[in-house]
Amino acid sequence: MPTVDDVLIGGVFREESGRSVATLIRIFGDIDLAEDAVQEAFAVALHKWPTDGLPENPGGWITTTARNRAIDQLRRESRGRDLLAQVALLDQPDQQLEPEVVPVEDDRLRLVFTGCHPALSSEAQVALTLRLLGGLTTTEVARAFLVAESTMAQRLARAKRKIKAAHIRYRVPSPAELPHRLRPVLAVLYLVYNAGADGPSGHELRAEAIRLTRAVAGLMPDEPEVSGLLALLLITESRQPARFNGNGSLVLLGEQDRERWDRTLIEEGQAIVRACLRRNIPGPYQVQAAINAVHADAASVGSTDWNEILALYDQLRALSPTPVVALNRAIALGEVRGPAVALAVVDGLDLDGYYLYHATRADLLRRLGRTEEAAGAYARAADLAPSDPERAFLEGRLSMIGSTD
Amino acid sequence: MPQYLLSVHSAAGETRQTMTEEEMQQAWQPILALEAEMKSSGTWVFSGRLHEADAATVVRMSDGMVLTTDGPFVEAKEHLGGFYIIEAVDLDAALAWASKVTRVIMAPIEVRPFAETSG
Repeated sequence: MPTVDDVLIGGVFREESGRSVATLIRIFGDIDLAEDAVQEAFAVALHKWPTDGLPENPGGWITTTARNRAIDQLRRESRGRDLLAQVALLDQPDQQLEPEVVPVEDDRLRLVFTGCHPALSSEAQVALTLRLLGGLTTTEVARAFLVAESTMAQRLARAKRKIKAAHIRYRVPSPAELPHRLRPVLAVLYLVYNAGADGPSGHELRAEAIRLTRAVAGLMPDEPEVSGLLALLLITESRQPARFNGNGSLVLLGEQDRERWDRTLIEEGQAIVRACLRRNIPGPYQVQAAINAVHADAASVGSTDWNEILALYDQLRALSPTPVVALNRAIALGEVRGPAVALAVVDGLDLDGYYLYHATRADLLRRLGRTEEAAGAYARAADLAPSDPERAFLEGRLSMIGSTD
Repeated sequence: MPQYLLSVHSAAGETRQTMTEEEMQQAWQPILALEAEMKSSGTWVFSGRLHEADAATVVRMSDGMVLTTDGPFVEAKEHLGGFYIIEAVDLDAALAWASKVTRVIMAPIEVRPFAETSG
């Protein structure tokens, strides 16, 4: 039996807190109460589990303990006693009597739609989803968005106040409302996945984003963009085992050991892409999934069908004409028509604060033999890199160039 | 049930196109129909249309005395022009009513929850 220590309990927290918080919000309809109670339940776990051992169902134990804490808390307040009476009347009275609180499968999905309600700002939507479902601390959410912790704390508090004051309901929207409510949900799920690209709770965030996207896709089998996002996440995730080398430095797509890609995820993702192509209602997520499916088809970087990828980027640029799409298209252009053509396009983009802009320029300059300029661009990219693995990769490139001088 | 203020803000001195009596009737028709729908569904609590902000007067305490001044409280480009107070089960229901109002009034509608609701 593994020793039950803080690290193990921390792992349980990241995996289970989103589910517990969502279930308690369904029961009590109060975000702060739910969050506080789940925090308290984990404090109890930290105290008890090392001596009593891990419960059979740690998540269920946490949810039940948190539910009991919340009831204790409410009993202490007179307003809370009214709420408790309401909860007991309205919310499946049998559930109150069960020894363990059973989560309803839709609890987290409900919370995604609440957190991504169009009445909340897009910054608040993604922050709330990460905080409540991803189990990230306010500090971690603030770091993911490069804002001060106090700013993020205020943003979260304001969003939670608005949900309560304006009576934003915890429910999955009706079929008629779904299309209109979907866009922010997909954007947030994609951001949650990307927030897990590295960092300590990365695996859980990515798994959570994929799990929730699957759930939304199950709810909306006729929405091709939901399928597109799911395929994009699955194929991206398939490369995860090859994304870092032994030193924790990032490995670019072209240099990854393709033997380490997860074929099961690729096959599932590619099957979805094929279904999307047959349906022929393209959207940005579907096209990005298709681009990744083409990469996944190539046994080596040399056998990649860059013409196909460039054609897909042309389509993506028409659907979502952003500078970042133009930058990625330029990389494909560089493979088809050479680095000089690509550099001319890249130099015309207004992305000076974006590290991948400088990394792309650096790579093109290096291939053109303009080593000194390339070194400057790598250094600038390393300065702007958002995380250690990316910085390590860029500094590696920089020293490689230096040694060939 | 929660109550919401649905308010419309209009620019001061915005000259309305002069309408004939008949045109006026036609413009009001959908608004009256919507108000009837609000009332028959038990949504409507109260509503009103306000004169322009230049008809406003502000009273405030100043050095222990009540001071009366002409004009609106805030010198702004836009002022409250009219409002509905409605009852709705949740924000989505309130937003659905606000969508109907903005469609017939052709102006943005601000939706705000009341802090305390009785019952």
